[in-house]
Amino acid sequence: MGKAAITRRSLLAAAGLGGLSLIACGGSRGSGKAGSGGRKVAMVTNVGGINDQGFCQLSWDGLKRLRDEKGYDVSYIESKLDSDYATNIDKAIDYGAEYVWSIGFAMADAAAFEAKINPDVNVKFGIVDANTSGAASLTGVLFKAQEPSFVVGYIAGRTTKKDRVGFVGGIASDNIYAFEFGYMAGVDYAAKELGKRIEVERQYAESFNDNAKGKSIAQKMYSGGADIVFHAAGSVGIGVIEAAEESGNFAIGVDMDQSYLSPTSVLTSAVKRVDQALFDLTPKLLDGEIAGGTDIILGLADGDYLGIPEHHEHIDDKVYQDALAVIEKIKAKEIEPPATEEAYSAFTKSIGIV
Amino acid sequence: MSGLVKFLRRPIASTLVAVLVGLLIAILLVLVTGYDPLQTVATLVHGVFGSPKYITNVIIKATPILLTGVAVSFAFRTGLFNIGAEGQYILGTIVATIVGVSVNLPAVLQIPLVVLSGALGGALLGALIGFLKARLGIHEVITSIMTNWIMLYLCNFVVSSEAFHNPNSNTAYPINPSGYTMILPQWKVSDEGIEYLLQHPWLRDVLLKTDLNVGFLVAVFVAIVVGILLKRTKLGYQLRAVGLNKDAARFSGIAVERSVVLCMLISGGICGLAGALNITGINPHTLSTLVAQEGYGFNGLSVAFIAGCSTVGCIPSSLFFSALMYGGMTVQQVVGVPSEIINIMIGIIVFFTAIPSMAPWIADAIERRRSRENKNLAQETKGEEA
Amino acid sequence: MEPDSSYAVQMHGITKRFGNYTALSQVDLNVRKQSVHAILGENGAGKTTLMNILYGLYQADEGTIYLNGTPHSITGPNEAISNGIGMVHQHFMLVENFTVTENIMLGDEVCGPAGTLDMRMARKQVLDLVEQYGFEVDPDARIEDISVGMQQRVEILKALFRGAQTLILDEPTAVLTPQEIDKLLQIMDDLVASGKTIIIITHKLKEILRSADECTIIRRGEYMGTVDVSQSSEEDLAAKMVGRNVNLKVEKTPATPGEVVLDVNGLVVRDDRGIEQVCGLDLKVRAGEIVGIAGIDGNGQEELVNAIVSMTKAEAGTVVVGEEIQNTSPRNAIAHGVSTIPSDRHRWGLVLPMMVSENSVLEQHDKSSFGKGIMLDYNKMHEYTSMLIKEFDIRPSGCEDERIAGLSGGNQQKVIIAREVTQAPKLLIAFQPTRGLDVGAIEFVHKTLISERDRGAAILLVSYELDEVMDVSDTIAVIYHGKIVGTFEQGTVGEEELGLYMAGGGAK
Repeated sequence: MGKAAITRRSLLAAAGLGGLSLIACGGSRGSGKAGSGGRKVAMVTNVGGINDQGFCQLSWDGLKRLRDEKGYDVSYIESKLDSDYATNIDKAIDYGAEYVWSIGFAMADAAAFEAKINPDVNVKFGIVDANTSGAASLTGVLFKAQEPSFVVGYIAGRTTKKDRVGFVGGIASDNIYAFEFGYMAGVDYAAKELGKRIEVERQYAESFNDNAKGKSIAQKMYSGGADIVFHAAGSVGIGVIEAAEESGNFAIGVDMDQSYLSPTSVLTSAVKRVDQALFDLTPKLLDGEIAGGTDIILGLADGDYLGIPEHHEHIDDKVYQDALAVIEKIKAKEIEPPATEEAYSAFTKSIGIV
Repeated sequence: MSGLVKFLRRPIASTLVAVLVGLLIAILLVLVTGYDPLQTVATLVHGVFGSPKYITNVIIKATPILLTGVAVSFAFRTGLFNIGAEGQYILGTIVATIVGVSVNLPAVLQIPLVVLSGALGGALLGALIGFLKARLGIHEVITSIMTNWIMLYLCNFVVSSEAFHNPNSNTAYPINPSGYTMILPQWKVSDEGIEYLLQHPWLRDVLLKTDLNVGFLVAVFVAIVVGILLKRTKLGYQLRAVGLNKDAARFSGIAVERSVVLCMLISGGICGLAGALNITGINPHTLSTLVAQEGYGFNGLSVAFIAGCSTVGCIPSSLFFSALMYGGMTVQQVVGVPSEIINIMIGIIVFFTAIPSMAPWIADAIERRRSRENKNLAQETKGEEA
Repeated sequence: MEPDSSYAVQMHGITKRFGNYTALSQVDLNVRKQSVHAILGENGAGKTTLMNILYGLYQADEGTIYLNGTPHSITGPNEAISNGIGMVHQHFMLVENFTVTENIMLGDEVCGPAGTLDMRMARKQVLDLVEQYGFEVDPDARIEDISVGMQQRVEILKALFRGAQTLILDEPTAVLTPQEIDKLLQIMDDLVASGKTIIIITHKLKEILRSADECTIIRRGEYMGTVDVSQSSEEDLAAKMVGRNVNLKVEKTPATPGEVVLDVNGLVVRDDRGIEQVCGLDLKVRAGEIVGIAGIDGNGQEELVNAIVSMTKAEAGTVVVGEEIQNTSPRNAIAHGVSTIPSDRHRWGLVLPMMVSENSVLEQHDKSSFGKGIMLDYNKMHEYTSMLIKEFDIRPSGCEDERIAGLSGGNQQKVIIAREVTQAPKLLIAFQPTRGLDVGAIEFVHKTLISERDRGAAILLVSYELDEVMDVSDTIAVIYHGKIVGTFEQGTVGEEELGLYMAGGGAK
């Protein structure tokens, strides 16, 4: 019986269900697998789930790399409802995780609460995209999203032929404002260089998942004269990219290089490599190399976490080289992309646009 | 007739057979997809019974689907298919949140106010569906499905509205804490509460690590009361008569239209109550942006059908359903079996409970085989005699 | 009896069980070639089950079927058809908006070489059949446009078209007028003369005497024997069927009518489709008399009754029981002393999945005698039902807490009658009160109607069974196309004349 099951399992793994089967092996503890005995790290997704084409998926990629390259024992729990967050973190602790990542700002309260009520357990917590709110065993990982947004805004400003670009946000929040104002500042910076005005049309979908809504917003923007639209809206952006492809315009992706969604229509992407961050930070946090209870804020200057993809077949090479120069300027703090409305108006004043 | 055959002819046998078949097929699926079925089952059991807090969580998660299950059963027993339980549930959460955020009274007043207003919201929506059916003849399934979506978007509208949106989140403001229905809601999260509970691990598990609340008791009470209502009251008698034979009920002077509206009002009210109790009883005590239906109403349908539409039967059925869902998450984390397999298993069980004649059919098959064997035996003996 | 090729059909020792219930036990049937063989039995005796076994719809648990002297196992209708057995069901299985030809060839389509329908050929074959048997059927007419009698002939043609040698007719006269019945009997004679064999399922004794050569009687699934019809009387057959002597004559004293209880004036009622079914109908029923409405199904009877009890809207006219009660509510009609024995007890009269006691109080459950406040007192309901069961001899006794669906049709009807009569109505409407009942139960229903009359109630009897209307009513009113076209005192009019009125041919 047991033998038959194993044969079938290996057969299936060979048949291309590799991913699933590997998880299966990860589950069968103590079965002499290389990863067993490795450090246990778990992540709890937000309601987007493990296959969200973005944030959670990337995070899981990071943990999978930890498993494959360092022999960690990793697992994930998907949350179906907002009310599941705390119980799921708790479950991860029950199954012996030494480090539990919570993915997304929606989980901030739950992660802080769990950190507070589990002082006696040998476990540390991390949360991506949110502050620590003071618990000693909790570390927040935040990204300066305004920086890559500024860069893609700059590329958009240099590339637009109609002097009109768009921005589609998910649910209005400080996180997304960073994308929005960074992007606008980048557009303005390019416009200043070119000595013209470029309009930025902005709209929030009030959702991170409503594809159709993203599509209809983008369609409106394109038919209103915009030729490039940047989105920071999770799966809503899939609709934005669809609209770009159908109307023959460009979209700018987010989080990961989204050109695989539409090679012809994705101009570039504001990359935010959660996977890389989790891969690099988890061991350090586990070993106390980085103390808990702090926020780690990652910018362009801090490593390979933010940026734009190297391939740039739709971008004029000159523009691309200039964009790389802008990145260097940001790293050198010569340009400080704004993350809030106030910072943005200060920025426009500083470069002489009113 | 043997004991087995006799047992198979009882209504509960069909349910148990369906559950068994569902579990078997799920185990087969687990096997085929390459996981260890024994470990899966063991993990499932551990994920449900492994700790007091797991059991508590199963009970907490059973609460809303017990209520929606009772609502669906009740409507079904009176001839209506309330597929709108989902929408009524959502409206219950919406109204409870709005009231719970806007009003701040002492707990003794706040809790009943928030809970009842949520129930009232669901009731009115149910009554509207009933009214459309009774007066205009629009089938309740159609209006229900449409109201489900209207409620989903109403919820998202409220979440993103100026007055209720909680900044930097995808949720509305949580209700005022005086409306919380957990056990010792304020004390347990206060510093001295946590301090005390940290010294008492068992209590910490149950109180601090779960949102243990009074909802399940309310739900059980409702299940029993609705059972009595259906079986022992004049109103229940009328509703059942209308449900089982509308024409005869009308012919004998029962007001069928009123009965339809009333039935949907009650059913919707129970769904609204489920929504309100979820708002008052569990974190984050507020609405969040809905992408798809959360499934409390639809799971209620499953609970009801597994229970054979007995309102009291919904109590074990909702616990069973909740255990599968909750334990299924552990299976996914520990064994790696995708949660879809658990969902498929539930689907199969519901599918088979929808075939009520299955167990009697098995009983028939057994009997037929026996009688054939007896016959053969008789013939053989005859042959030998000859 | 040994298998014999002079018999078209022989069924020997047929036993059929459904679960624990034995529907047929060791039943024999021997049908001579070229004869009309009747199968007689009460409702639920197993007649139709036996025929369904012959037609392959069920398989017998025990027993053998011989066709023309050789054993056959018939596993499905297709096999029955290919062995020359055709069946005409009580409810016709015709496609309403197809033509006669299309219906006849349905399932056995006439096709050209390319597999396409050959309508011309099909039409010719149908016409040949029509001429051969003198059926007077237009092959191009649509089913929805032809009369019920004609539809029945189409069903028979359909069986003949497939080469049926033995025809099973299930309750063929239930939907026909006296004139159409005559025609059907003629057709049956012609078919037998041309070599066919006919098996007719019925519980109507008169028709057996008129049409059949032999009659097999089944009682509660058991074989009671086969009789030569020419040697039998109605009373003999009835006694064999029921198992005791039955009084077929309705005995009653002359009526002594009092004041008018029901007064219908110029009533107009439309059906669901908006078609006028009751067209300015006038009717009076007095206390202490039975007014019987004779007519063919579909001439406005249902709408008339429904309008009187406010189940349907009256477009115009008045219904007076003490005061005007049209367009109020069924509840109001009941409150005015109107009780109804509905035509279709399963649809209008009973809630089948409920218990007998629950059904017994359907109209009265909210009275204080059956409960306090919002609660229902099941003990009191039980007591009350026990009383009804005893008084009206409802069987099985002690069935108060059983589902009424488990009772026989006759006993279900008894529950309704007991319930309605116990309320001592001023007006009792009996709509098809004996539908589907056996002679014993019919006797009981008729006696009850008469005793209610003698108590002083006004009785409106609406029935599609002309015999019943003629036997029970004091006054007979004929309804045709939504109007009363003739009113007669009992005994002053014959069946033939009523039949003419019912078909719209009465003197205007």
